[in-house]
Amino acid sequence: MAAINLNLISGRTIQQGVAIESGKEKPSYRTACGIIELDPSDLKKLGAWKNTNVRVTSDYGSVVVKAIETTQGPHPGLGFIPMGPWANSIVNPNTYSTGMPTFKGVPVKVEVAINEPILLGIELVQKQCGVKVG
Amino acid sequence: MAEYIIRNGHVFDPVQGIKGDKADVAIKDGKIVKDNEVSSKAKAIDAKGKTVMAGAVEIHAHIAGPKVNVGRIYRPEDKLFTYTPKKGNVRMAGGFSIPTTFKTGYEYAKMGYTTAMEAAMPPLFSRHVHEEIRDTPIIDEGAFPVFGNNWFVMEYLKNNEVENTAAYCAWLLRATKGYAIKLVNPGGTEAWAWGLNCLSVNDPVPYFEITPAEIIKGLIEANEYLGLPHSIHIHPNNLGNPGNYTTTLDTLKLAEGYKAKNKFGRDQVMHLTHTQFHSYGGDNWGNFESKAKEIMDYVNKNKNITIDTGNVTLDETTTMTADGPFEHHLTELNHLKWANVDVELETAAGVVPYIYSPTISVCAIQWAIGLELALMAKDAMRCFITTDHPNAGPFTRYPRVIKWLMSAKARETQINAFKHKDKVVSNTSIAGMDREMSLYEIAQMTRAGPAKSLGLSSMCGGLKPGMDADVVVYDFSPDKPVANPDQIETAFSRAAHVFKSGVEVVTNGEVVNNGNKRTIWVNAKVKENPQVMRDIQEKFLKYYSVSQANYESLGHHFIPNPYAIEVDATR
Amino acid sequence: MTKTVTDVVCPFCGTLCDDLEVVVSDDGKQLTEVYNACVVGTEKFLHSQAKDRVTSPRLRQEDGSWKEISYDEAAEYTAQMLAKAKKPVMYGWSSTNCEAQSMGHEIAEMVGACVDNTAAVCHGPTLIAVQDIGIPSCTLGEIKNRADRILFWGCNPAHAHPRHMSRYSIYPRGFFTGKGQKSRKMIVVDPRVTDTAKLADVHLQVEQGRDYELLNAFRVALNNEWLPDVVAGIPAGKIREAADLCKSGRFGIIFFGMGVTQTLSKNHNIDEAIALTKHLNEFTKFSIMPMRGHYNVTGSGEVLGWQFGFPYSVDLTRGFARYNPGDTSTIDMLARGEADAMFTIASDPGAHFPISCVKQIAKVPSVCIDPHLTPTSGVSKLHVPVAFVGIEVGGNAYRMDNVPIDMRKVVDPPAGMLTDEEFLTKVRDRVKQLKGLA
Repeated sequence: MAAINLNLISGRTIQQGVAIESGKEKPSYRTACGIIELDPSDLKKLGAWKNTNVRVTSDYGSVVVKAIETTQGPHPGLGFIPMGPWANSIVNPNTYSTGMPTFKGVPVKVEVAINEPILLGIELVQKQCGVKVG
Repeated sequence: MAEYIIRNGHVFDPVQGIKGDKADVAIKDGKIVKDNEVSSKAKAIDAKGKTVMAGAVEIHAHIAGPKVNVGRIYRPEDKLFTYTPKKGNVRMAGGFSIPTTFKTGYEYAKMGYTTAMEAAMPPLFSRHVHEEIRDTPIIDEGAFPVFGNNWFVMEYLKNNEVENTAAYCAWLLRATKGYAIKLVNPGGTEAWAWGLNCLSVNDPVPYFEITPAEIIKGLIEANEYLGLPHSIHIHPNNLGNPGNYTTTLDTLKLAEGYKAKNKFGRDQVMHLTHTQFHSYGGDNWGNFESKAKEIMDYVNKNKNITIDTGNVTLDETTTMTADGPFEHHLTELNHLKWANVDVELETAAGVVPYIYSPTISVCAIQWAIGLELALMAKDAMRCFITTDHPNAGPFTRYPRVIKWLMSAKARETQINAFKHKDKVVSNTSIAGMDREMSLYEIAQMTRAGPAKSLGLSSMCGGLKPGMDADVVVYDFSPDKPVANPDQIETAFSRAAHVFKSGVEVVTNGEVVNNGNKRTIWVNAKVKENPQVMRDIQEKFLKYYSVSQANYESLGHHFIPNPYAIEVDATR
Repeated sequence: MTKTVTDVVCPFCGTLCDDLEVVVSDDGKQLTEVYNACVVGTEKFLHSQAKDRVTSPRLRQEDGSWKEISYDEAAEYTAQMLAKAKKPVMYGWSSTNCEAQSMGHEIAEMVGACVDNTAAVCHGPTLIAVQDIGIPSCTLGEIKNRADRILFWGCNPAHAHPRHMSRYSIYPRGFFTGKGQKSRKMIVVDPRVTDTAKLADVHLQVEQGRDYELLNAFRVALNNEWLPDVVAGIPAGKIREAADLCKSGRFGIIFFGMGVTQTLSKNHNIDEAIALTKHLNEFTKFSIMPMRGHYNVTGSGEVLGWQFGFPYSVDLTRGFARYNPGDTSTIDMLARGEADAMFTIASDPGAHFPISCVKQIAKVPSVCIDPHLTPTSGVSKLHVPVAFVGIEVGGNAYRMDNVPIDMRKVVDPPAGMLTDEEFLTKVRDRVKQLKGLA
């Protein structure tokens, strides 16, 4: 199974919007945002079926999401994770003195991670922050 | 409420004709009362050797609303070195040419201003204007909605439907809690939505095919039909261009033959604003010259006109106006950052910083023109002091303008400091003018005159018993000759005492109380007009981007202390 | 018999649709249906009355569990936290009304806090660019009535502002645009073939992150000067065609979003986009407008603007307002570990900040005011749920074109729940006592 290198961007989707209003603690948030949209050619390079769990790693972090086939392509070489804690586990936090992190245009490595779970939204953040949940 | 008696001051009150006599002013329950109506418990304020006037009335300044806030937001540099920290209940305050709302209220109050009119309210943004007014402490305020580029107005007046225009104006004044009918670059700002303009009163507006002259006359007629407290308040076409004085005269002449009809003591049918920007001769920046004399000859002869000066103060400031095309023209001239907002069905606004440098001959001539207008005025009750804040300069420079008007020596000092003094001398009459305005005339130009023009003469601008207790004591002795004209500026910058509606708000130049400001608006009742109501409904359904109910929604949280002036125009 | 509340204003995005109709039960207590809203707005209204809604403030205990406390206790905790901190950050503000924002500013001024809103991760770069170069713009009704050239640059309204195209920008039949969509030409610039791009007359599939070059190339094309064969992945011929299409219109508009504010060139992208708009005004009438995200981030900027003189990232710690994005911005302060208390309201930095910043939030005393459970509430010490603005309480909000619209109240909040403004008033009054200003 190959690892591929991609350019990652993040942003809004309608499903993300509906999910945040339904409740970020719910599985629907993970379904909407715990994903990476890939161009079919990139899925092929990766050697993975669509809807496979993958691990996406950047210089700033690593996260497991579900790889799905893009509905807003073609965009070979570009990966899209909807805005949210999954994307923000790996985006570039550097603002270069502008106040704004670099949410779009982050080089990432994507590899298949079939047996790794995708965490729920709040859980993902709490875990990375080391917050004790009673 | 506390009672006060201000003793032994030199009182200047044009409403009662008091020209500096020593007199006491008594305050009780928020109003001026006769001396013998206050009890022995009244707190005595010693005004011996000081000047006492009513609170000043600002007839035209851009201090609250969307374009003012664009100015604040896009000019962080305007805050540099200006901030004063929070002290007790006095909020932190900053900004030079576009002060924050807290600073606006405090700075006006410190100079003895107690009432101010926001010069241009885009009706769609009335909620914004009122939020800023609410957050401006101490001073009573009103706002003028703009009508001169309004689609309803243009369509009705094209068909000469004055009664419908009046009904629409009354509806809009109520919907926006506005004070008066304002016109800015009539017709030209609608043309600007297509990148065009109307530079003369006869240029037709694209598509609407009505001329500025027709819009102006129609709105004069609508205003008098309603009998509003103020007349139409107009920023004429062709602002800022050499040679524009002819357009100004054309505009003024449209008022001929009209008489003011109202129950508020107003005599004028047209108030022409920031006249300095409209008094230019020559035909290019090289031969730019003053036509203040031509303008004032006309204004002096025609008593149904009032004007305000729009004095240039020689500062770095920020221009902002609903004259959208002018602002685009200005940014093409000085290449400074330009903001623009076109407002659906109603108006537009533009914002561009400007530096009135004393080394530039045009700026020096502009400075002279603003002063010439006042010095040539035969009736100080019809010519008021403004800087069209912040366009010609910040309102905090009023004391400096007063100094220039009261002291020929101060003017001479400034003229001598100009790099191109020769051009100022040759292209204006300022060097030869030795008139020095008296304190009484200053009181007319900053208190009684604007109050009367606004139709507020029973409420403010004077010290007659029954009027609001807006009283100012300046640390300035009219008895002694002025050793140094700068003393005038100092005294008028920081009043010794300011009372607003009977509450002491400023003591020794410092704000001591946030007051309880009122928002003044005009509620004009007309007889039912189903056609206009239907037209309004239709335009909201088809063309506006908000619903009619939301446009009209102006709840109590926007205007916690409203003061409605009722006008009955039903016949 | 049900009742229909009309002219309801949707509290989701900067489109601020004000034509919603909400059907409530006869006793006025139950929200049953929502008409005219997009699917997100509909979800917001209907979900507001979910059975599992948190209705009481809760304080995190040592063992990680939540303990319910009263609003008064929550106000006490919040006031103490803010009063004691040296550099508290009060962040968010974008999903509440201007009245609450204003009350928050009073508190910030007394405690010397840094006040920031979600422009920090959204259109902050736009504000910086506007401060450099200005902005020629207009209200959305002008687009509806006049615009015949519409550009969506780095934004995807089909997903982020779902009713924008039908209410204002593409489909409406306005006064001078009676043919609706047929009166208009639409250009989309986006590295993906987004659902918005699929509707466009021209889609320029720009190389991701290379918008600055493409914007600049547009300007070169306007001047009819030499261009390389390809700029940012777009052939020169296509660039010239697009520039000519813009020039040939009567009234054009560039809508733009995160595609240009969040990529590496950030504010420089916006600078160039505004310069392009100014340049286009030499040929025809053109305006530019940011697609604001939260329904009242614009309002937070406006209120901060008239009260302090700056639209976001306002540092009040020295007793007077300072503004210096990159220095006074929340992301950078968290990254430098400077914030010693975090007060979040009406926003979700836990989900929308880079995780390294969220780790900082988790380290310091923190309060989260939000009706929902979020990653922010998940890492904060105190979670204070409040009424939904626009559903359970009204108050002013500003649309993406700065037009103010007063939100409506449709139903009461659950019994005993406070609004943002009410809770902040309690905090303000307590802070006043703590600071000796009462």
